[in-house]
Amino acid sequence: MCQECGCNKKSEAGINGTYPHAHDHDPDHPHSHEHGHGHEHEPNHEPDQEHRTIDVNEAILDQNDRLAERNRGFFKAKGLLVLNVLSSPGSGKTTFLQKTIEALKGRLRVGVIVGDLATENDAIRLRSTGAPAVQINTGTMCHLEAEMVAKAASQLKLDDLDLLIIENVGNLVCPASFDLGEDLRVVLLSVTEGEDKPLKYPPLFHSAHVAVVSKIDLAAATEFNRDLALGNLRQLSPKAVIFEVSAKTGQGMEPWCAFLVKRHQELKNA
Amino acid sequence: MHEVGIMQNTLSMALKQAQASGATQVHELRMRIGAMSGVVPDALTFAFEVLRKDTLAAEAKLEIETVPASCWCARCQTEFPVPDLIYECPQCHEPSVELRRGLELELVSIEVS
Repeated sequence: MCQECGCNKKSEAGINGTYPHAHDHDPDHPHSHEHGHGHEHEPNHEPDQEHRTIDVNEAILDQNDRLAERNRGFFKAKGLLVLNVLSSPGSGKTTFLQKTIEALKGRLRVGVIVGDLATENDAIRLRSTGAPAVQINTGTMCHLEAEMVAKAASQLKLDDLDLLIIENVGNLVCPASFDLGEDLRVVLLSVTEGEDKPLKYPPLFHSAHVAVVSKIDLAAATEFNRDLALGNLRQLSPKAVIFEVSAKTGQGMEPWCAFLVKRHQELKNA
Repeated sequence: MHEVGIMQNTLSMALKQAQASGATQVHELRMRIGAMSGVVPDALTFAFEVLRKDTLAAEAKLEIETVPASCWCARCQTEFPVPDLIYECPQCHEPSVELRRGLELELVSIEVS
């Protein structure tokens, strides 16, 4: 999907530099109506023609949602806490995650799935922490989908992990519509992007469980209005827990890491 | 931003239904699109006009019903509209976390012959 951004078929995404030559499954797989819909009605407004209305009532992203739910159940059974990390390009996702993984050493075992249009650079950077990282190259596609995550996850030894971090493609629009099966959606807002970013991208910010204000070491230099930004986040991301961090100086990283440890513990105890 | 892909999926669903019912022509597709779905109706319409060519729906109309966003306030037990996408209850001013409507992205029905 997403041809508007130049995207092609979803199964063409490559994992760790290898590209599948064929689809793993037929995307037009039989799609029977679980809900008993699809029955035909007699025409109710055009008696002269043989026009008839067929009720469909299907969600367009139903297939992705079902696969995401399958991922969620699978991850839960493994006792994995799963994050879907979203932001604009250049907000500092990869550095933030590198520092997160390093700070969690000895507390949580972390694996990463990272999506980018091209290059394995991010996976290489993340592997430098010692964590296993699988790169998904989406080609020209602007978001990750549940099926890609399932395939990439199969390359990780999930039984050896506590926390799976999915670093989505840098984009604040398209990923909002695609559930991957995560426990928490984490949205980054860097101080260099401006306080009003949440106002410009409401759907994504509304879906966030966690909002991270990143690069706070640059706040003074960019004349970042903290109160305004936090006010916007509270309005647009009402369910989000907010953290303010600098991956560079380490400021604010500990509360964030402690939060992840706690959430993982809660998940294990549930 | 990804309306072409969304429209492609929608059209495939519609054509599959039409073929399964033995129809030879699709006259109309009805979609329901929420204000918070991340999809722009105009862009969908544009995509539809391109994608419908050489299909059973080549002459079809696209009807889009837009659904405004609304939230549920647990404290006041009321549903309230969020026209400006600010999720604050107008009565108690608490932000709501529960979006009741506005995420719809559905193919409702098709008209065929």
